[in-house]
Amino acid sequence: MEGIQFENKFKLEIDARLENEGFIRSMVTAFAVQINPTLSEINDIKTAVSEAITNSIVHGYNGKAGKITVVVGIKQKLIDITIIDNGVGIDDIERAKQPFFTTRAKDERSGMGFTLMESFMDSLSVKNNPDGGLIVNMTKAIN
Amino acid sequence: MEIKYKSTDSALIANLSGELDECTAEYVRMSLDTVLSDLRLSSPAKVVLDFGSVTFMDSTGIGVLLGRYNKFSKQGIEIAIKNASGHVDRILKMTGIYEIMPKIS
Repeated sequence: MEGIQFENKFKLEIDARLENEGFIRSMVTAFAVQINPTLSEINDIKTAVSEAITNSIVHGYNGKAGKITVVVGIKQKLIDITIIDNGVGIDDIERAKQPFFTTRAKDERSGMGFTLMESFMDSLSVKNNPDGGLIVNMTKAIN
Repeated sequence: MEIKYKSTDSALIANLSGELDECTAEYVRMSLDTVLSDLRLSSPAKVVLDFGSVTFMDSTGIGVLLGRYNKFSKQGIEIAIKNASGHVDRILKMTGIYEIMPKIS
């Protein structure tokens, strides 16, 4: 989220590879532990991050080499997660956010990625990156 | 992710353990497709997916399940799900998977 002065923050740039999904999920949730999330909140964050990373690898880069940047900030009980890629972006973001919408039904995509991100986090912003690719920002207040 | 199979009188039980995400989805697809394709010989047949040891699943897992349903339901194979708990159970409910793959105890 723009304009927030975080108390603690990390930034990770990593290859857009499927093998890194679990590592990124673990990194983000390990960082979140300092604001004492419940197990359910950890799983919410883990799922939302996994959806955003999968989208970058599968849709954004479509299997080609690329980088994903993950920026996570914490302020009091709020966690703010931004995931940036330089892939192809999304032509119609509002349509892509509709439940079960997928351009890849043949590849057994459920089209539920953005729906799960929206359901499990308090806010979701999806924008095409002016440099090419996608910027996904999500926040969640830990109770 | 690992899948172990066990046959009972009433069904084939597939015990899934580990994380079901984009990284492991292809293994799950291939393993289930190989085993379920053999079942067609003795159809109608029932398969129970035991999610008791699945520690994480995202929407990629939903895609895998929908794909197996589309592929095998028309061949008379019934697929049910048991022991999904917590977060995994929540995703299965939210996405309507239990409407096509009943939750059994």
